[in-house]
Amino acid sequence: MVLSKTASQSDVSVHSTFASRYVRDSLPRFKMPENSIPKEAAYQIINDELMLDGNPRLNLASFVTTWMEPECDKLIMDSINKNYVDMDEYPVTTELQNRCVNMIAHLFNAPLGDGETAIGVGTVGSSEAIMLAGLAFKRRWQNKMKALGKPCDKPNIVTGANVQVCWEKFARYFEVELKEVKLREGYYVMDPEKAVEMVDENTICVAAILGSTLNGEFEDVKRLNDLLVEKNKETGWDTPIHVDAASGGFIAPFLYPELEWDFRLPLVKSINVSGHKYGLVYAGIGWVIWRSKEDLPEELIFHINYLGADQPTFTLNFSKGSSQVIAQYYQLIRLGYEGYRNIMENCQENAMVLKAGLERTGRFNIVSKDNGVPLVAFSLKDNSSHNEFEISETLRRFGWIVPAYTMPPDAQHVTVLRVVIREDFSRTLAERLVLDIEKVLHELDMLPSRVTEKLTGGNAPVVPVEEHHPAVVKKTAIEVQREITAAWRKFVADRKKTNGVC
Amino acid sequence: MVVTTTTSASDEHLHCTFASRYARTSLPRFKIPDGSMPKEAAYQIVNDELMLDGNPRLNLASFVTTWMEPECDKLIKESINKNYVDMDEYPVTTELQNRCVNMIAHLFHAPVGDDETAIGVGTVGSSEAIMLAGLAFKRKWQAKRKAEGKPYDKPNIVTGANVQVCWEKFARYFEVELKEVKLREGYYVMDPAQAVEMVDENTICVAAILGSTLTGEFEDVKLLNELLTKKNKETGWNTPIHVDAASGGFIAPFLYPELEWDFRLPLVKSINVSGHKYGLVYAGVGWVVWRSTDDLPDELVFHINYLGSDQPTFTLNFSKGSCQIIAQYYQFIRLGFEGYKNIMENCMENARLLKEGITKTGRFEILSKDIGVPLVAFSLKDDSKYTVFQISESLRRFGWIVPAYTMPPNAEHVAVLRVVIREDFSHSLAERLVSDIEKVVRELDDLPPRASVKTAHVTVDDLHRGKAEHPHLKKSISETERDICSYWRRISDKKTSGVC
Repeated sequence: MVLSKTASQSDVSVHSTFASRYVRDSLPRFKMPENSIPKEAAYQIINDELMLDGNPRLNLASFVTTWMEPECDKLIMDSINKNYVDMDEYPVTTELQNRCVNMIAHLFNAPLGDGETAIGVGTVGSSEAIMLAGLAFKRRWQNKMKALGKPCDKPNIVTGANVQVCWEKFARYFEVELKEVKLREGYYVMDPEKAVEMVDENTICVAAILGSTLNGEFEDVKRLNDLLVEKNKETGWDTPIHVDAASGGFIAPFLYPELEWDFRLPLVKSINVSGHKYGLVYAGIGWVIWRSKEDLPEELIFHINYLGADQPTFTLNFSKGSSQVIAQYYQLIRLGYEGYRNIMENCQENAMVLKAGLERTGRFNIVSKDNGVPLVAFSLKDNSSHNEFEISETLRRFGWIVPAYTMPPDAQHVTVLRVVIREDFSRTLAERLVLDIEKVLHELDMLPSRVTEKLTGGNAPVVPVEEHHPAVVKKTAIEVQREITAAWRKFVADRKKTNGVC
Repeated sequence: MVVTTTTSASDEHLHCTFASRYARTSLPRFKIPDGSMPKEAAYQIVNDELMLDGNPRLNLASFVTTWMEPECDKLIKESINKNYVDMDEYPVTTELQNRCVNMIAHLFHAPVGDDETAIGVGTVGSSEAIMLAGLAFKRKWQAKRKAEGKPYDKPNIVTGANVQVCWEKFARYFEVELKEVKLREGYYVMDPAQAVEMVDENTICVAAILGSTLTGEFEDVKLLNELLTKKNKETGWNTPIHVDAASGGFIAPFLYPELEWDFRLPLVKSINVSGHKYGLVYAGVGWVVWRSTDDLPDELVFHINYLGSDQPTFTLNFSKGSCQIIAQYYQFIRLGFEGYKNIMENCMENARLLKEGITKTGRFEILSKDIGVPLVAFSLKDDSKYTVFQISESLRRFGWIVPAYTMPPNAEHVAVLRVVIREDFSHSLAERLVSDIEKVVRELDDLPPRASVKTAHVTVDDLHRGKAEHPHLKKSISETERDICSYWRRISDKKTSGVC
């Protein structure tokens, strides 16, 4: 007779995940663990930790798409194991990219014949797209200066101080000077006149933004083009324009088709757009389109020879996933022109609903314009007792992620809250957000102010910190601490980019 | 009485997908279509076209992972809508990246304390990783030259001609000269002695490859380190080393732990590795690790201030997906050291099996070494009747994608077929591949040759004899044509062997 044994402790696979020992061990942080663990345990442990991440759909800070149709999710998962760069092995995927480039080039009115292929490429995001475009400008300018026998060691780019951080990266990594046109209160985009003034013979291009990160405004590219054409006539420098249409590129053609900002303007030589913003694809795809072959120096293009086929490529990244390219094509044919227009109109409408709700509270100034990227940027009319950062923190408790930023120089004293309206931000959510903001305001009103209070009496009105009051006010230690911290934070933040998010 | 009408053509959603008109219209290629179409139709149409792509798992050309466990697929699907760069919104995902960096740094014996955080970052692939590492070297070297009052306008990098195309990209885009150590027949990696010879005062670093793309060989980083240390003592230039361990970084620590190639060698200042190769994650993640904070100039690091917290970042890409980073962490904790070791041992075993099967046909010469990345690179002993390119084409019919390449200078006359053994290439698949190769070879034997029998092709054997001793042969027209084409191809393409 064989004595049966009960399952021993080593028979781990029998335990349900939460019964196993794996939920009792601390997860490794610094070194790879020696042993394997069952896949169910690995899945559960990671999944559980990730529950503490924010909910992407409630992340109102980001322009980047957070929802796609289930059919598209299926296409994405089916292609998750395709390496995009294997062009010869996956020719259809490569062709889908080419079709997307053509479609986007036509959307931007690139001067192409009907069967002519456009010059452009899919990238991992607008950062890569901008670096490629900037590289093309730099090389063209260097060639031009060399041909003229002039020095080519001090290239610069003219752009607004509202520019996204990737321009600063481009400048720093590729050794180009960044000449920023400062903003001012009430005017939070690049002033075309000031920009053209700053152009000199070392300027490789002027970069205009269609859809400023901070308040969604479209810069006046047409005006910039007209002024720059004039200056070029005088100087003969032939300075071109690049339009950073990361957000606006998939909005303007559908909502404002008469707005001239793209290749219809002769000085615009390249445009970048984020497929993962209003192109309505998940994070990981951008596009850059050049006007014509001349605008992309041949020496930057690599000709990879795979199995006999010549593949010209110009990207910084090599291996990467294919899913987002396929998803972009899906969106372009699934939605078509009418679909994109409907979605943008809905976003615009919901932005108006949110804006109206905020205005109704009577506590906010709306900093964003109606025309532009569908977002609402607003600041407190009176931020003496509580500021926008506190509102942002308190909203987190309700689940909303609404960021607060200070404006870049010279408007650093202005702080805004910004809500981006994406495709999946419905009217009901907008109304709920307004309700929650009202709750937050109500709560904060009840709390004592974090700034100095006059000690002349409990009912004395609170004065703004900037005003100088003749009476001597005694500060408590914690208030002094807080003021020092706030000043230091502002000092550190000002030295870097305080509003660097896309 | 209401006269009922039958559903009209406009009532699209009733039609099954293949009955609808969408299966009849040509898909747009140049312009965005004016109208929308139902999502089922869009899905079906795109899915059907994609059927004509190669099967990723039969793509034996690529090192990049093509299979992951369903649990990991689930994690990926759930995080597909997370934008990695929103660090403040997704703090756990950011922390997972940091944990991966620490684990990889320890794997490479970075001189960090047990609880100290390592200096490194997750990238989209080794291309971005190499550009970041190169940028760090360039900036350090420039700062050094400026301090010495010397010119700093002509930086260069020394590397082997077997280097992957992203080094050429780095050189061209960041305006650094690429000094390549030429290969020679029988020696398909960078020769450390020749490399050190080429180092001058403008050299920002020497780049060694652990796991050459072409033959999978590991370069002798230890010898390079010794020779370079000696030269540095003489010259005082302090030239550092970067190890491009894109493939080898996740193999050497598990299969050859005694092999000294990483931070154990003092001159190695940064290492890159592809998470999506033998890190066993789908395409889209790479890692670069620096030895210490000194090796990464602070001016390159951007301090983004999000909602009050300081986030230092050094990447080229900004927004990107999070799923590959989460998948990498999953693999680290799921497999652990023992799991990775088991998988690599299986790969080596299957590579050996394939190698034996190919050798047994008697037609091929094996160029890859036993020690290195698990792949088999082989060339035809006699390519007078047909070439490896034809074998590659014929294998496609069976479903296999096996690429054929010519070697870089100065061994361009050598053409190889290369099969990469990944985690999901099992014993049975290896046996099947061998039998299909045998079939193909038999088929090609029976066909009339594409070229005339008397040909001016120089075979590998001829070169072994030292000198081609062909009499003057009359070339046929197609022969001449082909020679012109291959010569032209060689000069017009910078990289004929450029695949990762």
